[in-house]
Amino acid sequence: MVDELLRVENLTKHFPVSRGIVFQKQVAAVKAVDDISFTVNRGETLGVVGESGCGKSTMARCIMRLLDLTSGTLTFEGQNISRLSRNEMRPIRREMMMIFQDPYASLNPRKRVGFIVGEALVVHNTGTDAAIKRRVQELLEVVGLNPEHYNRFPHEFSGGQRQRIGIARALAVNPKLIVCDEPVSALDVSVQAQILNLLKDLQKEFGLTYIFIAHDLNVVRYISDRVMVMYLGKIAEVAGSAELYARPKHPYTGALLSAVPIPDPRLGRARKPIVLEGDVPNPINPPDGCRFHPRCPRFQEGVCDASIPEAVDVGTDHTASCFFPLGHWPMTLEEMQRVDNPTPAS
Amino acid sequence: MATLLEVEDLRTYFTTDDGIVKAVDGVSFTLKEGKTLGIVGESGSGKSVTCLTIMGLNSKKSATSKGRALFRGEDLLQASNQRLREIRGNDIAMIFQDPMTSLNPVHRIGDQIVEGILLHRDVSKKEARRRAIDALKEVGIPRADRRADDYPHQFSGGMRQRVMIAMALVNEPSLLIADEPTTALDVTTQAQILELMHSLQRDYGTAIVMITHDLGVVAEIADDVVVMYAARIAERAPVGKLFEEPLHPYTWGLLGSLPRLEADIDRLVQIPGTPPSLLSPPRGCRFNPRCPYVFDRCKEEMPELVASPRDSEHLQSCFLDDVTKQREAERTLASFATEVP
Repeated sequence: MVDELLRVENLTKHFPVSRGIVFQKQVAAVKAVDDISFTVNRGETLGVVGESGCGKSTMARCIMRLLDLTSGTLTFEGQNISRLSRNEMRPIRREMMMIFQDPYASLNPRKRVGFIVGEALVVHNTGTDAAIKRRVQELLEVVGLNPEHYNRFPHEFSGGQRQRIGIARALAVNPKLIVCDEPVSALDVSVQAQILNLLKDLQKEFGLTYIFIAHDLNVVRYISDRVMVMYLGKIAEVAGSAELYARPKHPYTGALLSAVPIPDPRLGRARKPIVLEGDVPNPINPPDGCRFHPRCPRFQEGVCDASIPEAVDVGTDHTASCFFPLGHWPMTLEEMQRVDNPTPAS
Repeated sequence: MATLLEVEDLRTYFTTDDGIVKAVDGVSFTLKEGKTLGIVGESGSGKSVTCLTIMGLNSKKSATSKGRALFRGEDLLQASNQRLREIRGNDIAMIFQDPMTSLNPVHRIGDQIVEGILLHRDVSKKEARRRAIDALKEVGIPRADRRADDYPHQFSGGMRQRVMIAMALVNEPSLLIADEPTTALDVTTQAQILELMHSLQRDYGTAIVMITHDLGVVAEIADDVVVMYAARIAERAPVGKLFEEPLHPYTWGLLGSLPRLEADIDRLVQIPGTPPSLLSPPRGCRFNPRCPYVFDRCKEEMPELVASPRDSEHLQSCFLDDVTKQREAERTLASFATEVP
């Protein structure tokens, strides 16, 4: 039986756009995250991929309650946390931690490593100073740093080492859930591999659950058990990692997969990428119906621009929000454009 | 085909307060007309400085360069500033990683392209503007005649990179140097830009030097590849050879450390440690502190870039014997092998 750690229902986050200096009035809203629902099971890694501006980071910040939700419900270990006050949130903050993208900006340059890693322990009153110091040194060792570096400042470390400090800080209070927001995208490949392997090892050792946000589909494939593809504030597709990469059903997922350069000239040059036209639209004024329809090779007038597609089952634990899911994979652009039955299966 | 660019033993040293940084330390390669050379390496490996040196764009105050960079037989390192100005933007063009900072935010993009044309071509302003609009059309900017009057901030990242490419190609250069042109872009946009560069190369026969950290990009578009590590070349080979039979331990590490779409990988290969400081690089082979195959000679002697005994086009700088290399190359490839459909 699967054990649900986090349930997200109809999560919506709109940022108001206002005009006027004295009498401010809201003239529009950036629909960063729009009515998304999913669950995260205990001990798994849920990968979240999407291009810039698709709402993946906003979603992470909403889950962490760093941003207030416009609407929707977050259930963490059976408790509704979407409307808790700051004080009520405090004990829950111990259970979910975050690792950030930029290892330079996310560590206070004026504080020593010992303080940075141990701060959460102090805030949550976990023990005496000596006990905290012991715990911090133990954590540094766990993430592969020298415990004697306790008194150093962040600038004395390389990018990869800083990311290890960020991981040690997240682990300090034994959280259940860690939200990783692009944790390796600022790192070189050789260091990236070290951090990815470390995250995998820690998950095994401490039974952690990850929400792993990245734009790099290769990285997400390696680390995730399940993958969620986002486009313009909506979920396009969710499936097990191997399943999604072998049998994508949403045309956007297909286009993404075919756009990733493959580090093997024999494989890479044999395929014909499905190159999408244009750019991601503005989230202030997203397209009607399916948000992907203006760029979609499978666009059918009167269907895709008329109503928002619901997530439908397209395989075992595999849902896609598309009226005309892909039949097979890989396919060419011409095949993707061919829709056999232009009335949607409901 | 004729050789367009020949770089021989290029060295660029920067004088800093902490000492001399040898940012490029003995780099040689050649590029034929109409071909694409990929230069891959991690940050600080010297790939960008190599190209800035060829273009004469390093600060004269702090940088000293040695070696030769022959462009159609003319040594760019010896060329006068005036001569370099004639060449840059005309015979050799460059595009950069960040299209926002490389466009002037207070000038309309049409005017910025026109400036480059008027500098090198004896044409009227009207003709220059017509050419600028044609170039924008060529790179796929819709309603180019109207968009030419827009400012850079009115374009998205991918569109800005298209504008940069239009600007670079407007004078039909024979060499385009692209420094991480797609790194700041999303994958679908990256695919658009790579496709565009490819088709422009096909139409105009422009040779390209593509600097990137992404082995995937190199595999897609390069004809030849240079792998750089700590200011030197680890390996240089035609693209097929590099991916089918890599001969340097650093290349093995890089290939093994890549997560891949097309394969189930249980655990990535890790290269331990971090790249060395170029202020005080290790003695001997630069890779020796991180190399799992290290032996005594590696710590004493600096390996030269030499041809593999089986292939004169495949150069590498490692002391390991050829039999071990063949075996280890096979082992590396097997660790992420997939069936070719």
